[in-house]
Amino acid sequence: MTTSDLDSGPKRNPLVGLVEGVGNGVIGAFQTIGGLFALGTSVVAWTFRPPFRLQNVFTQFDFVGVGSIVLVALTGTFSGMVFATQSWSAFELFGAESLVGPTVALTVTRELAPVFSALMVTMRACSAMCTELGTMRVTEQVDALETMAVNPVQYLLVPRVLAGLCMVPLLTMIFDTAGLFGGFFVAVPLKGLSVGTFVLRTQNLLAPADIWEGLAKGAVFGFTVTLIACYRGYNAHGGAKGVGQATTRAMVDAAVAIFIEDYFMGLLFHP
Amino acid sequence: MTAAPNRPPMISVQDLWKSFGDNHVLTGINLDIAEGSTCVILGGSGSGKTVLMKHMIGLLKPDKGKVIVDGEDVVPMDERELERVRRKFGMVFQGAALFDSMTVYENVSFALREHTQLSEDEIRAKVREKLGIVGLQNVEERYPAELSGGMRKRVGLARAIVLDPKIVLYDEPTTGLDPITTDYVDDMILTAKRELQVTQVVISHDIASSFKVADKVAFLFKGKIVAEGPPQELRHNPHPQLQHFLQMWFGKS
Repeated sequence: MTTSDLDSGPKRNPLVGLVEGVGNGVIGAFQTIGGLFALGTSVVAWTFRPPFRLQNVFTQFDFVGVGSIVLVALTGTFSGMVFATQSWSAFELFGAESLVGPTVALTVTRELAPVFSALMVTMRACSAMCTELGTMRVTEQVDALETMAVNPVQYLLVPRVLAGLCMVPLLTMIFDTAGLFGGFFVAVPLKGLSVGTFVLRTQNLLAPADIWEGLAKGAVFGFTVTLIACYRGYNAHGGAKGVGQATTRAMVDAAVAIFIEDYFMGLLFHP
Repeated sequence: MTAAPNRPPMISVQDLWKSFGDNHVLTGINLDIAEGSTCVILGGSGSGKTVLMKHMIGLLKPDKGKVIVDGEDVVPMDERELERVRRKFGMVFQGAALFDSMTVYENVSFALREHTQLSEDEIRAKVREKLGIVGLQNVEERYPAELSGGMRKRVGLARAIVLDPKIVLYDEPTTGLDPITTDYVDDMILTAKRELQVTQVVISHDIASSFKVADKVAFLFKGKIVAEGPPQELRHNPHPQLQHFLQMWFGKS
């Protein structure tokens, strides 16, 4: 088609284009959510059907969980330190430095630990997961599994989603510990708060329910981000470029999903 | 043809229709494939060959029609029944589709580990036997990326036949291969037929290769089988599209 052909077409109303764009976006979003629900249901159903391939599950536990420990511990420590430094400078204005401990503890356990642990898993493990599954899809390895009478959802997806579901809460615990340690390091040795004040105030204001809230969020985020990575990878098409696009979309979707879920789970715990 | 005339066909496709949206890919396919024979489904790109093959193994459901495999219609089957029927099949993919994170040994032994309770020694013996049939030795510890295209196809066949299937499907086995490797793959298909007495279905647009390996060639054009028969008969079939297709090769050689 030449440029003159394009020019001779009827002029499009820009408003129509806008409505169309928004409409397609909404339809696309609903399709993705529908697809995720369908795949999620299938993953859950296949989890409870034999054969149970424990070796595959533990391999994924190792990849998602053990492989992320250092990264999560490092991010946790520095998040705690940053948060303690910032809250110290605010609290010292009205002499409430003793509240730095509980502030760091509550923020870390309820919010930062699950959100950042899930983000780290998304970046480190889910990107690799999506690329691997996408490559397997476009090189027909997924079809090969199916023709060998092995269900690909059960063989490939169940171990990965289980790893997200079980490992992100554990990483959240590591983040909790590292974050508190970081906060302690800034408040006590660097700023000169007494150990007793830090520990006692934190003990008084941090309840087990706060830790449970973080762990529950971690489990939900872990399930979601691995499911999204699996969904995008499993449905990848169009060669190497398609796999790249699938991975980009998986990362974006997973990151956005974490924050949306975080808000709604926050409402659930603190209505 | 090796099959006895009175035996029912191993695969019988009856009035098969399939559309994707407005794209009518299969429009009333009828095809019988005799037990122990090699049938090549020949056609240009977009003729519906791969779609037809996917129906045989139950990866796609038709809009209408029957696909009878070894006496059972696979069309109404659910996923669990299909898994049982799929064990009768071995499939060799266009790009071999070997699991690239596994060695040759792990690839070939995969289905044995999934579907049998054999001991490690029995698995090793079986893998060696199948690799022997396809003419490969001392490659067990190599990864697919370290193999040539022809060798990968052979490992793909060894993996496909490890559970002793009744039917082996080949998806474009010679596409994109150089002439020497193409010969190597053709020999592999002929050897498999001789050694294993399996029913083989080959999807191809490679005329030379098809005529070499086939007992029967079915020519697929615009979603219909417009001509079928032994290769030598097909050569003289007057169907214009078939003649046009054949001339592309015979005209050149």
